Amino acid sequence: MYAQMVESTASDDDPEKLAAFQARIDAGEKIEPKDWMPEGYRKTLIRQIGQHAHSEIVGQLPEGNWITRAPTLERKAILLAKVQDEAGHGLYLYCAAETLGVSRDEMTEMLLEGRMKYSSIFNYPTVTWADIGAIGWLVDGAAIMNQVPLQRTSYGPYSRAMIRICKEESFHMRQGFDIMMKMANGSREQKRMAQDALNRFWYPSLMMFGPSDGDSVHSSQSMAWKIKISSNDELRQKFVDQTVPQADYLDLKIPDPELKWNQDKGGYDFSEPDWSEFHAVLKGNGPCNSDRMKARIRAWEDGRWVRDGLMAHAQKKAAGKVAAE
Amino acid sequence: MSDNGRDSSVHERREWPLWEIFIRGMHGLNHRHVGSLHAADAEMAMKNARDVYTRRNEGVSIWVVKSRHIAASSPSDKGPFYEPSRSKAYRHPTFFDIPEEAGAM
Ligand SMILES: [Fe+2]
Ligand SMILES: [Fe+2]
Repeated sequence: MYAQMVESTASDDDPEKLAAFQARIDAGEKIEPKDWMPEGYRKTLIRQIGQHAHSEIVGQLPEGNWITRAPTLERKAILLAKVQDEAGHGLYLYCAAETLGVSRDEMTEMLLEGRMKYSSIFNYPTVTWADIGAIGWLVDGAAIMNQVPLQRTSYGPYSRAMIRICKEESFHMRQGFDIMMKMANGSREQKRMAQDALNRFWYPSLMMFGPSDGDSVHSSQSMAWKIKISSNDELRQKFVDQTVPQADYLDLKIPDPELKWNQDKGGYDFSEPDWSEFHAVLKGNGPCNSDRMKARIRAWEDGRWVRDGLMAHAQKKAAGKVAAE
Repeated sequence: MSDNGRDSSVHERREWPLWEIFIRGMHGLNHRHVGSLHAADAEMAMKNARDVYTRRNEGVSIWVVKSRHIAASSPSDKGPFYEPSRSKAYRHPTFFDIPEEAGAM
């Protein structure tokens, strides 16, 4: 998902405290910043929320690529609003992570030094306008699948950030589907572009949920802590079941010859994505990894004088005020 | 509150300070804490709050407060701190059995 393959850190805290903590979570209580928490819980959450926040921010880049090229002024305004929402999502999440004792700048620096990750999906290029439709429909659609259950996560600030985010995501998905409808019902060339976008984004979207949890210790610890709510396979299945009828509606073909309805399980059977590609992208070898990082590093470095200047101005103004009193 | 548990690391000096944002919606309810953000000064905090927390008409009034100016109760005295209210069930209307014949009250 936006947070993929988050490693959990085991705790070597006092077993009695751990048991009491687990009991609070089992009782559905929210854990708040000042509460005692196992070191592993704290560290795992920083990784997970940080990765999620970075994904929101880096995720603006592939879409930002089309703001100046949107086909109409209305589409441009809509896309701008959508991308602005993603900046907001990043901010809500950074703030949630900061309550765990990591600073915003530290997180940014960890991202820029490659010590923190962001979702694999944002390392794919957006080569046509139809890709913007496919991203809203598939990528935001997949994100919603993951984020809706996370509204119930045990960490209060994270849960509240997720609630805000979920309120805004439906617009994202619908504007994407709306673009897909336009393209799929347009000229032959437009329809071909829509199909091509689906072809390229289908498997990367399935990868967003991460590989099967199997018996990953990280997943089971995170599930016990309620910072992961559903298994990767469960979410992926739900996503496929939701998306196939939508593709049918668009009269587009999911690029999977193995895709078929399975009456017994009440869901579709489908092909797994190429997990070696997923691991390569996570390692930094996807089509756009280096572009994305370059863009983030440039934004950070070029913005330094603005950040410092505004801070200096604020301090000078505050000092002036004190002197005047 | 978002600042809880944060120690002032080296970053604090360079980083824009953290502000807590409170917003009152259109329908006359109290200002409500909606989240936090970084800004160099109050004016910027206000503008950022507008952009981050009122993109869909969520508010008609914004308060911004530097996070470090907020004093918060501590979770460890959760029990004793609220004890005075726990032992006074009679503060709740349901404590009293009023016969139905007496009418609404
Ligand atoms: Fe988002
Ligand atoms: Fe989104």
